[in-house]
Amino acid sequence: MTDDTSKRKSGDVNRRAVLAGGTALTASLFLPKSVRAQDYPTAEINTTGLAVTDDAVTIGILHSITGTMAISETGSVQAEKLAIEQINAQGGILGRKIDYIQEDGASDWPTFAEKARKLLVNDKVASVMGCWTSASRKAVLPVFEQHNGFLYYPTFYEGLEQSPNVIYTGQEATQQIIAGLNWVTREKGAKTFYLLGSDYIWPRTSNKIARKHIENFMDGTSVVGEEYYPLGHTQFNSVINKIRLRKPDVIYAIVVGGSNVAFYKQLKAAGIDMTEESPIVLTISVTEDEIRGIGGENIDGAYACMKYFQSLDNDNNIAFVDAFKEMWGEDMVIGDVTQAAYLGPWLWKAAVEAAGSFDVDKVREASPGIELTSAPEGYVKVHENHHLWSKTRVGRAKPDGQYEVVFETADLVEPDPFPEGYQ
Amino acid sequence: MFSDYSWADLGAIFAMQGFAGLTLFAVFVLMALGLAIIFGQMGVINLAHGEFMILGAYVTYLVSTFFAEYMPALFSLYFFVAMFLAFLASGALGLLVEWALIRHLYKRPLDTLLATWGLSLILQQTYRSVFGAREVGVSLPDWMMGSLPLTDLIEVPINGIFVMILAIGISTAVYVMLFRSNWGRQVRAINQNRDMASAVGINAEWTDRLTFGIGCGVAGVAGSAFTMIGSTGPTSGQLYIVDTFLIVVFGGTASILGTIASAFSISQAQSIMEFFLSGSMAKVLTLLVVVGILMLRPQGLFSMKLRK
Repeated sequence: MTDDTSKRKSGDVNRRAVLAGGTALTASLFLPKSVRAQDYPTAEINTTGLAVTDDAVTIGILHSITGTMAISETGSVQAEKLAIEQINAQGGILGRKIDYIQEDGASDWPTFAEKARKLLVNDKVASVMGCWTSASRKAVLPVFEQHNGFLYYPTFYEGLEQSPNVIYTGQEATQQIIAGLNWVTREKGAKTFYLLGSDYIWPRTSNKIARKHIENFMDGTSVVGEEYYPLGHTQFNSVINKIRLRKPDVIYAIVVGGSNVAFYKQLKAAGIDMTEESPIVLTISVTEDEIRGIGGENIDGAYACMKYFQSLDNDNNIAFVDAFKEMWGEDMVIGDVTQAAYLGPWLWKAAVEAAGSFDVDKVREASPGIELTSAPEGYVKVHENHHLWSKTRVGRAKPDGQYEVVFETADLVEPDPFPEGYQ
Repeated sequence: MFSDYSWADLGAIFAMQGFAGLTLFAVFVLMALGLAIIFGQMGVINLAHGEFMILGAYVTYLVSTFFAEYMPALFSLYFFVAMFLAFLASGALGLLVEWALIRHLYKRPLDTLLATWGLSLILQQTYRSVFGAREVGVSLPDWMMGSLPLTDLIEVPINGIFVMILAIGISTAVYVMLFRSNWGRQVRAINQNRDMASAVGINAEWTDRLTFGIGCGVAGVAGSAFTMIGSTGPTSGQLYIVDTFLIVVFGGTASILGTIASAFSISQAQSIMEFFLSGSMAKVLTLLVVVGILMLRPQGLFSMKLRK
């Protein structure tokens, strides 16, 4: 257990955070008027032996707080705890306060599976907020399907999956890629693309979709290079030279982890000035969280395609950012995945209330069509395929480490985890 | 694979890639020198080498924050102070670790492997607790960030040149210390025959401690320099450890010159191949060649002449 996670227990309610959350959520369609626990007898709302009592319900939080992935997953844990605290301050779910049991996946996929089994079998948690990498999700998936658990998974990912036991609160690949490519072609007149990524499933699948879209679904655009480097690679001079030689209009970068820092620092040191847009750098892997490590001055001028930026100017988001900073510290930054993790407890609450039950089968049945008007990213809705309808946005990195939103889709983008024509 | 490019392009490619290779070479030398001292001269397999480097990086981060806060006028010079302090911090930690851990294990080299691996985990978690799990951003003075345009295609990054000068400076210093100083003579004597060296009055215990400390200190300087090109986080050290061992083993463990030759050949091969193949393939081919050569020549490129 490191830094912030141990600072606050669930009962230690922070007044201002709660107030801010309260105003943000008054718009919620499912805001209970005065739900009392005795209106929902435990025997009726929990027929499968979950950890539900007359005044509390227990859920699990399963992220890495030690090991390599702690860098990314800490934000998700913080967001989930904030959401739980706010829900409790509003009276909980069906009159019951949420307790959580937090387990550490320790950046190790078999550990994730083992801890998931512990949460579902021993602790009988009603749902789990957790996982970050696709590898950890794939590791826990059989456990959740075997024991009929219910997982809220926050990360944008490669798609090609749809489990009855998972709600995907991040974007699948097409939601993140297509609108961004259309935008850069339409607004910036980009014709040629250089695809770059770390060498594992998410960047490769995403670049495959990007390539299909560039070659088959847009006019006069082409891919002039595609390249992968091992995870943790720190020397990008060669690829930067190649880029300089091929002169693409857009560098489409899906570099992750520590490599990210090396890539942008070396890009800048090599004299490629992203503020001049020749070439344009468009990424789907750098959130505000990553910029802290990269340094704002090293990525100034790059574009990122996400569904959420901390700088979004709407009332929900302003309240969310305030509450988050109030709870976890002024210098916190909030990236796309952190916001998606924040949606998990709220979506589960809405689904439980719609179902009038904590039973996983009933919650699953009630989930499609669940709406949140109070999400920091704006209105979202759960699709039949368990992913979220959400908008896609393009932001431009500024030296202070924040993004300035330069584009957002007019409508919600339909999630399509098995896109036809892109396989 | 050459047919896609014109002759002029090919010329530029080899010039650019040659320079990229030189930068990589300098990085490799910096990474490997500290380990070459510790592994090569003392036979200690130090798996926590990457963490000693990252300690240097964190010191650089602290110094840059301090200068930005209290002495903004001198910010452009902070890097030199940071490198010096990084050497002291990593060196001091090295002395401590040698005293507390390594000296009990000289007779059991395989146990040092486990012990230092454990140490690396402890250090990682310590960094995580102290500095947070997220990477920290080290801001650099402006003069280090630019590049010198030579031709339309060829641009030379200034921090690349800086790393190269640093690599040359430190290699020279290590060479002089090992082969021209009293301490160096003692280190080499102990390396050749420990008991005999003690018998003629060399304080083996203290020499070992100092050697380990200096090796770690050099790692700290390398880590400090790498804030220019890489990330500074609790686990960033892990990114370097494999390459570092590869270079030292390939070069011949007991030879500083071998380390430099091996860093040069690996970096140039990798950099040229990276251009014509993909990044992952270049790495695979490099490793294959290294494995092949080590099978034919297990002692590495260069080795000490020893009577067996």
